[in-house]
Amino acid sequence: MTDSSEGINSPTHPSGRPVYIIDGARTPFLKVRGKPGPFSPVDLAVLCGRPLLLRQMFPKNAIDQVILGCVNVLANEMNPARIAALRLGMGETMRAFTVQINCGSGMLSVDIGYRMIREGSRELILAGGTDSLSHAPVQFKQSAIEWLADLRGAGSFKKRAQHFRDLHPTDFKPEIALQSGLTDPLAGLSMGETAEILAHLFSISRDEADLFAINSHHRLAQAQKGGFLNGEIEPMISTEGELFDQDDGVRPDCSLASLAKLKPAFEKPFGQVTAGNSSQVTDGASWVILASEAMVKKYALNPRAVIIDSAWSAIDPEIMGLAPVMSIAALLDQQVREFDKIDLWEINEAFASQVLACLKAFECAEFCRQFLDCQSPLGRLNQDRLNVDGGAISLGHPVGASGNRIVLHLVNALQRLNLKRGIASECIGGGQSGAMLIETI
Amino acid sequence: MSYGKLYMSILEREQELGPLETSQSGQGRPWQHWQMAGDAQGVVWLALDEKGREVNTITQAVLDELNDILDKLDHDQPKGLVLRSAKRTNFCVGADINQFQKVVHGQDITDQLRKAHEIVGRLADISIPTIAIIHGNCLGGGLELALCCDHRLAIGNARMGLPEILLGLHPGLGGTARLTSLIDPLKAMTLMLTGRSVDANRAKALGLVDKVIEERHVLKAVDTLVNKGLRTKHASLKNRLLATKPARRLEARQMRSKTAEKVNMAHYPAPEALIALWEDHGEDIDAMLQAEVQSFAKLLQSSTAQNLIRVFSLREAMKRAAKTGAEAFQHIHVIGAGSMGRDIAAWCSYKGLQVTIFDRDFNMVARAVKSTAEMCAAKHLPHNVTREVLDRLIPDRYNLGVASADLVIEAVPEEIGIKQTVYSHAEAKMRPDALLATNTSSIPLEELAKQLKKPEQFVGLHFFNPVSKMQLVEVVGHRRADQQTIANAKAFVGQIDRLPVEVASSAGFLVNRILSAYLLEAMQMVDEGVPPEQLDAAAEDFGMPVGPIELADRVGLDICLHVAETLSGQLSFPEGSLPGKIRELVEKDWNGLKSGQGFYRWQADKPEKQKDNSPVSKEHIDRLILPMINSCVACLREGVIVDPELLDGAMVFGAGFAPFRGGPLHYVRKRGSEDILTTLERFAEKYGERFRPDPGWQDLRIVDFLE
Repeated sequence: MTDSSEGINSPTHPSGRPVYIIDGARTPFLKVRGKPGPFSPVDLAVLCGRPLLLRQMFPKNAIDQVILGCVNVLANEMNPARIAALRLGMGETMRAFTVQINCGSGMLSVDIGYRMIREGSRELILAGGTDSLSHAPVQFKQSAIEWLADLRGAGSFKKRAQHFRDLHPTDFKPEIALQSGLTDPLAGLSMGETAEILAHLFSISRDEADLFAINSHHRLAQAQKGGFLNGEIEPMISTEGELFDQDDGVRPDCSLASLAKLKPAFEKPFGQVTAGNSSQVTDGASWVILASEAMVKKYALNPRAVIIDSAWSAIDPEIMGLAPVMSIAALLDQQVREFDKIDLWEINEAFASQVLACLKAFECAEFCRQFLDCQSPLGRLNQDRLNVDGGAISLGHPVGASGNRIVLHLVNALQRLNLKRGIASECIGGGQSGAMLIETI
Repeated sequence: MSYGKLYMSILEREQELGPLETSQSGQGRPWQHWQMAGDAQGVVWLALDEKGREVNTITQAVLDELNDILDKLDHDQPKGLVLRSAKRTNFCVGADINQFQKVVHGQDITDQLRKAHEIVGRLADISIPTIAIIHGNCLGGGLELALCCDHRLAIGNARMGLPEILLGLHPGLGGTARLTSLIDPLKAMTLMLTGRSVDANRAKALGLVDKVIEERHVLKAVDTLVNKGLRTKHASLKNRLLATKPARRLEARQMRSKTAEKVNMAHYPAPEALIALWEDHGEDIDAMLQAEVQSFAKLLQSSTAQNLIRVFSLREAMKRAAKTGAEAFQHIHVIGAGSMGRDIAAWCSYKGLQVTIFDRDFNMVARAVKSTAEMCAAKHLPHNVTREVLDRLIPDRYNLGVASADLVIEAVPEEIGIKQTVYSHAEAKMRPDALLATNTSSIPLEELAKQLKKPEQFVGLHFFNPVSKMQLVEVVGHRRADQQTIANAKAFVGQIDRLPVEVASSAGFLVNRILSAYLLEAMQMVDEGVPPEQLDAAAEDFGMPVGPIELADRVGLDICLHVAETLSGQLSFPEGSLPGKIRELVEKDWNGLKSGQGFYRWQADKPEKQKDNSPVSKEHIDRLILPMINSCVACLREGVIVDPELLDGAMVFGAGFAPFRGGPLHYVRKRGSEDILTTLERFAEKYGERFRPDPGWQDLRIVDFLE
């Protein structure tokens, strides 16, 4: 407690009330298997939120704000936060909004919640993230939509008949929204290609990336076996009665040999980013509960961690995977903290080569001097302290949920390992990143 | 989703009453049951508002006043008439059933009906345009009144139907004639023969209403109808063809055979009367109106109608018993997701409660979610309603809901040890004011209450399977139960739209104990060599919904045997021995429907029965039914249930005891207890002591009731 209050009261800490993480839960992350999964983004948020709220000491309507990150919002679930709040039975007066900053949405919701409580406008907040990538819509191309609009405008039968002459069947080839979503519209690069760029610029070999991926799977398998995710993952049941109770993308038996067989997924035939060393496309949701000191007292809550600070940064979309370096550096700078004072790290595994590029940047003196304004390199991040129970490569990356999951898991991992201080960070498609510093209590 | 406080309270303003909203209410109103006011353009709004009741019914007084009002309208000749209800929730639910129970004399009924027909006939014949605005329930006589108007506009929440057939009657206020001439006569007949009600959109599709509108458009809709002239629809060519005599004869034959598939027409005379009415008079509305009076009067005096009306009142009485003023339950927690637990959970979440459900095997909880989704599908609930039901049902992996629930229902296997472990864990966590209930069907509550810290807050809630079909719930008391607990439990049963009956905790409680007398005798007779088909035919001929052998196969022979063994231990059947054939079957794992083989072979959920054309034996019927009746008397004598009326209700709603007989004890009254006692004595000599009349037959209170 003393250490954390030191953080809060430290001169560089933005003044304001302390904000506690009370609890949190997530769904199992379910790998997309070619067709829409059983749950929409709001379904996931509801199925995750129900057991979380059930285990709280306070009534649902004690919460005064719901914030939910979601990237692939379905047309019939506009403002998923509000729909989820109502479906969770939180009452018609529950305020709820949805936030979107792509891969950082689930952390942005926590950050906004943290700032609202800190400044005193809210007391108890449910902040989460959700995405059902298996439900990403299939769309018509713009040319097809224009053709249809013109057809409707064609007055006579003759004109309409003529209009059919202008029809090109390829116009009606469906576009998968997910594919366009994972392509940077300005850079014209898919996310995988940005990872290829980083691999090249930071000299990450295919073997290094595959090894990182294997670690991710082995760590998750270990965590599942050891029950480290009990309480973090709440099971879900579909209307068909199917029970989902763990992340289903894990491959405990994957090896360098098996990963080496995979063909490059984005830059054939010479690229090195494969399905095996990239994050998995999954469905999932995650929530954390944030509380003010007053609420902790009022409901005799057991705070698990305190949020110390956060930072957001941006760089070129072409190297978006490197952005965590910037936000982490900013966060450490704000807090006058040293790299090795951080006990545990969660950096979202969008791509193995992207995370590894970040690590190389941290320890590169020239990079740190040139771009981070540091005299010496930030430091060497010991991989034993990074994503200790696996990450998006083994358990998946439901875009809107991941930022929330890493904050939640950081709390859980710090407590399990009896450690104090951790940073969670993720790269964000478009070239941004967020980082959050928390301390256990 | 239920509405919030603000919306709920401003919704009170929703109902459009036109000029009635500003007219003087209360003081100086010329009529008790009607409100009337004219608007600026000379349209009169007339609203039914039966004094002192929450729902409108059609009574003599309501009609007499309508008669006076029609005098005034004839005199004033307004531009049009709007007819609606001033009640928030309903248009009119039909004739007041109570007045049918006092029927004494045939001629009186006919006279009374004629007069009523005359009054509503005046409404039908009035020269000004008439528009009925229908919201909420509009049933029976209420719909018949609306049918007298030129136009009907339905608000989205309207439900319309002519359910008289369910009381052994058919419509009696002109509905048979007016409905068959308004819409496709075949659809009209189906509506009346099934007694089903339809929602606003279905009513529109049938042509029963002109339009479905929102409450907020009522004024404009009335204005348009009155000012833009009223188109009277003429019957379509198809409908006119269907109304020809040869077509009616053909269709009537169809209706008869379809009806015979559903009910035993010997027991239920109303469908035949209704079909004949249309077959004979379908082309002539006046003749059909005339004939309806005669036919209705005759049906009303039949024992079937009188008994069904009795059963209806029993249900009302049971519903009233559920209104104990207890606060509404918000959250129930179900422990055990076996077939009963998940059924209870599904039903409660369907009825709007938040439900948490726990089972040590979480896969069972997953099945509960699935079966809830299946229940919603079977009820054809719209997608969004299904989602609400499923959102309210929370799978609870760690039994956390026990701490916040108003009521915890235990539905774990029937073993004292298991149940007591569940209770001690639950009691430690439950809210101090929460109730603990058990769904046990065989363990005495005194046993279960032994180690409880708060036995006074413990009660039995014995649901029947399947919960969504069986209306009865036995509320089982015990010596240490608090009266408030029992009252709250009854209120809970009422809240989820089931019928509570309070019974004492004795072996098998009420319904199962009485039913097992029936089942055991049937088993005995099978052992004697009577073909199961004959037994089932006998029971069904008496009016039981399912014969005893088929019932046993459906319930599961292993379960029947277990119940029989438990009961025989607790009740000491006079002859001690249980029938042998069932034991043989169970040993072979032939457990009935679920194993595909029991007394019968089962194909696609149907038993394969041998054709048996031998006439039904009266002796067989008595051997099956009289043990039940003897058992009823024993239950009364022992005080398993106090009120004999409620016993009849419980047997009808919990066991499907032939409703048209008005309940087992009512059957005794009708047949004469003398005859039954003699038969029991004779059977006791012939078949064994189990038939010996229970000492309760000498109990004066019981004798009084049975006279």
